[in-house]
Amino acid sequence: MKKSVSFSLAVKWAILIVVLIAIYVPLLMIVAYSFSPAQSVGDDFGGFTASLFSKLFENEDLLKATGNTLLIGVVSAFFATALGTTAAIGIHYMRRKTRTVVDASSQITVVNAEIVTAIGFYLLMLFLRETLSLPVNFSLLWIIVAHTVITTPYVLLTVSPRLKQLNPNLLEASMDLGAGPMRSLFTVMLPQLAGAMVSGFALAFTLSLDDFVITNINSLGSGIETISTFIYDGVRKKGIPSEIRALSTIIFTVVLVSLIVYNAVKNKKRQNEKQSKGEIQ
Amino acid sequence: MRKKPTVFRPTAFSFPYLAVTLVFVIVPLVLILVYAFKGEDGAFSFGNFVTVFSDPENVRSFGKTIGIAALSTAICLVIAYPVAFVLASSPFDRIPILSLLFVIPMWINFMLRIFALQSLLDVIGINQGFWAAIIGMVYDFFPYMLLPIYTILKNIDKSYLEASRDLGANSTKTFLKITLPLSLPGVISGISMMFMPVFSSYAITKMMGDMNTSVIGAKIASLFEAHDFGGGSALSFVLLLLVIAVMLIGKLATGKTVKTPKGEIAQ
Repeated sequence: MKKSVSFSLAVKWAILIVVLIAIYVPLLMIVAYSFSPAQSVGDDFGGFTASLFSKLFENEDLLKATGNTLLIGVVSAFFATALGTTAAIGIHYMRRKTRTVVDASSQITVVNAEIVTAIGFYLLMLFLRETLSLPVNFSLLWIIVAHTVITTPYVLLTVSPRLKQLNPNLLEASMDLGAGPMRSLFTVMLPQLAGAMVSGFALAFTLSLDDFVITNINSLGSGIETISTFIYDGVRKKGIPSEIRALSTIIFTVVLVSLIVYNAVKNKKRQNEKQSKGEIQ
Repeated sequence: MRKKPTVFRPTAFSFPYLAVTLVFVIVPLVLILVYAFKGEDGAFSFGNFVTVFSDPENVRSFGKTIGIAALSTAICLVIAYPVAFVLASSPFDRIPILSLLFVIPMWINFMLRIFALQSLLDVIGINQGFWAAIIGMVYDFFPYMLLPIYTILKNIDKSYLEASRDLGANSTKTFLKITLPLSLPGVISGISMMFMPVFSSYAITKMMGDMNTSVIGAKIASLFEAHDFGGGSALSFVLLLLVIAVMLIGKLATGKTVKTPKGEIAQ
């Protein structure tokens, strides 16, 4: 009996370790080769060098693409957070029937195939520019608008549940005590939503960083590149410069550090909550 | 002048969002319909559909996409379920860093991950082609398949399992009669997280596949690149119908709309 328990434990560890190896070997190989002068991954490693990192900071196209990616991510996440949070508050006070309709419409871009959403934006631009003769064109701003639209529902999904947990009496108390509705909203409700808004912002930001299809279709002709489209075009046309490995290493490190910090903070918060609950009881 | 009584009507807060949804979500869908059903003379016509589907390659592309999506989703599920099961079981459920390790790649730009995977496949001698593309799909979508299954397995009430064991069922029977049925909503959620998105994943098939492996998203993108907006819209319309069909099936099976795994982590 004891033997079969330890055997099944070994099998379980084996499953986890095999899959973890499959997940991480490609990533670690890129990290390792970011310190090698080799032309491509798998070539003779050569000597340990940081030359790819200095090459990265000389590659203006790649730096531009990275800058665009971050700019699009931050600006669209900012607007998505503002739109999504105000929407969540408004929807919260809607009558049930209206709310069902609005909730359903907010799901459209979430469940739709990305390519359909992408060409929808493309056709909208044609419509605005050619049918309505508005002075607009495919640009960085257009991609920011598109990313804002596709990430806002995720902010809404993050903020809404928090809103439902709030104590409605607090807002009423604030208004009974003479604060106007706007002031009550900003000084009583928004601070309680701050945590959910930060989560929503982070989610919108990472979704924007990960996007390829929307950017690819809507940058046709404008020549705007993000990291995703840069690699895609590199594979298909001019080849990927080796300094992309240095960029990958930087991104892996940033992701790893921020996730560890995020989880450490979250665990600590949870422990503190448990402790204070224990004290009350 | 008499001051109007202040009416607190915060529903107005949703108006900017509703306006954005109308202009940037509803209008584009209408435009796709218009372009799909507009003939060369501007009148209503099925011409675009006739043109697009008289090309046997487009019909085959739909079939191939469904095949690629079904196969890669199935492989992903077969790998993800045991991993989720082990992660949710004792003693692994007490090591939070372990489950985190499996979903970290979700936060790394997917194109960089595909580039990394492609480099590895090059090194170990798997050439671009059908199976490389399938491996790419499985690698890319794995965390999205794992997370909903893991979440639901972790939240199964352990007393059900104890009751089953107390009543004399062995672990195989407990799994088949208790764990598996209770985890089905997670499985369906994972499948829907992967199956439809594969249709748009032309980056993976173009980077890792060959001439014969391309998804319908690639076809739509190339029609738009060639400024055939009518044909591209017609294909998109068919894809849209497919999305609705798959969503309805998913809703019938689970009774609720699918949530995104990234949303679950953020909360």
